[in-house]
Amino acid sequence: MASEGPGRPPNQGEPVPEWLKAEGEACDVVLSTRVRLARNLREVPFAAKANKDQRRLSLDLCRDQLLIAGISPRIAWQELHEAAGVQRALLVERHVISKQLSKGRVGGAGVGGVDDPRGVAYSLPDERVAIMVNEEDHLRIQVIRSGLSLSQAWQQANDIDDRMEAGLAYAYSERFGYLTCCPTNVGTGLRMSAMLHLPALRLTGDIEKVKRAAGDMNLAVRGFYGEGSDAVGDLFQISNQTTLGRSEAAILESLEAQILPRVIEYERLARRDLVAKRRTMLEDHVWRAFGVLSNARFMTTEEAMQSLSLLRLGALLGVLPATPALDLRAINLLLLLIQPAHLQRAVGQELDQEQRRMARATLLRDRVRC
Amino acid sequence: MKCDLCERDATVREVTVRNGVRVERHLCERHAAEAGIKVTASQPAPGVPTPGGAGTQVRSSACPTCRTTFAEFKQHGLLGCAACYQFFEKQLAPLLERAHDGLSQHRGKAPARGGRPTPADSAVAEVEARSDLLKRLKSELERAVKAEQYERAAQVRDEIRRLCEGTEGQGEGCTGR
Ligand SMILES: [Zn+2]
Ligand SMILES: [Zn+2]
Repeated sequence: MASEGPGRPPNQGEPVPEWLKAEGEACDVVLSTRVRLARNLREVPFAAKANKDQRRLSLDLCRDQLLIAGISPRIAWQELHEAAGVQRALLVERHVISKQLSKGRVGGAGVGGVDDPRGVAYSLPDERVAIMVNEEDHLRIQVIRSGLSLSQAWQQANDIDDRMEAGLAYAYSERFGYLTCCPTNVGTGLRMSAMLHLPALRLTGDIEKVKRAAGDMNLAVRGFYGEGSDAVGDLFQISNQTTLGRSEAAILESLEAQILPRVIEYERLARRDLVAKRRTMLEDHVWRAFGVLSNARFMTTEEAMQSLSLLRLGALLGVLPATPALDLRAINLLLLLIQPAHLQRAVGQELDQEQRRMARATLLRDRVRC
Repeated sequence: MKCDLCERDATVREVTVRNGVRVERHLCERHAAEAGIKVTASQPAPGVPTPGGAGTQVRSSACPTCRTTFAEFKQHGLLGCAACYQFFEKQLAPLLERAHDGLSQHRGKAPARGGRPTPADSAVAEVEARSDLLKRLKSELERAVKAEQYERAAQVRDEIRRLCEGTEGQGEGCTGR
């Protein structure tokens, strides 16, 4: 089953993961929305305290339930302690697993390692559903949707949660809700987030205001690869910070009905402002980015993502001609294909940093044209 | 200044105003990252041991299920098992309240089973509870005999006998008869 995963070389038929599809509501600003539930088994120690046998036990219990629960018509199961490093890196870049699950180490407790029993189940071919087993919690259920679609993502995650619980006794208390290894996730165990593309707010300098406002509303702002990562490519993740004492419905309502529409509107205003009042500056930024992407010989991931961000903005605002090579989904997909593991998969060999920069520039020259 | 959630030094101070009330949080690198607060390079590096931390060590009892102590939890910010939450409820509640914007009572979804055990779980739990009780009774019997409290010893022996009746075949270790 696992061989159906992201192991094939990229070509015209490259399967586009759900979160890069450029579909759904507000997909001009919202790349994707994501719902994540943290769950643990009541009878097995949490990751911070489990020995290898106990980790094997939680893996077996969760996997057996995953495979009979009817989560998705097609599902891949990958045992990560048996997967090669490059396979794990591909899954991290595709947002199917976290860096932590890839490493197998449990944060503060300093336990675990690369051969620790752990795995992931994910839906094929869209990778919309991913369920990590033996990350910081026994189960991390994740549903990603293209565009602003938190309610649907929540419904699906909620349904998967019910199906898993039908065969597993969860750690739960009336007082503290779903019990998690780290108390920052206890309660609903729910993290809802949106990946937003906010290039116009950066160009107008209003992005700091958005970040401050988000902080005041008790929201976390993170970068493209989650916790502790920078907001490269003008991509920001906004998510709820607290999980205890507020119901799923309340968290959903505040993000989907109140906060996200406001941020989206703010970015759209800034975009209209650029077109109406600063057209030449906008065109200069976009065409410079196009020039770099279609001519450079060496390129870092950061520079590529920053230039692709402007290319995406240019495509959305009609600065660039509407050609298949410059459509939204093609540009979104490039954000993934320029990542290190995907580049190495494309050329079929391991590359050092300099070789990667060259391969990245070559790929972009090949794909970014009018 | 210690982290609100664990024993490490707080490297991040976050002040926000919510509903007109100033809320101040002090977090270590790990918990700041968890909360989505970016740590800049000018702040102290993680993993620096807390000066004077050793002197303030509290003698704490361990979770009966997984043997995690509260000091251990404070050190790395992670709990060991579901029972930890019950065992450390009093100490945890104020910490959780600070981490979750003043709230510490769960609202929202509950498991359909309400966290109640599956039939398989209760069978396991029953066997475990019986063997725990048996162990305790046996050591009490030993103590009573040693202390020459023969009346008490006879009572305990009767209890052990009663416990072992009806568990024929699985009465492993029932040597009290
Ligand atoms: Zn901490
Ligand atoms: Zn415990």
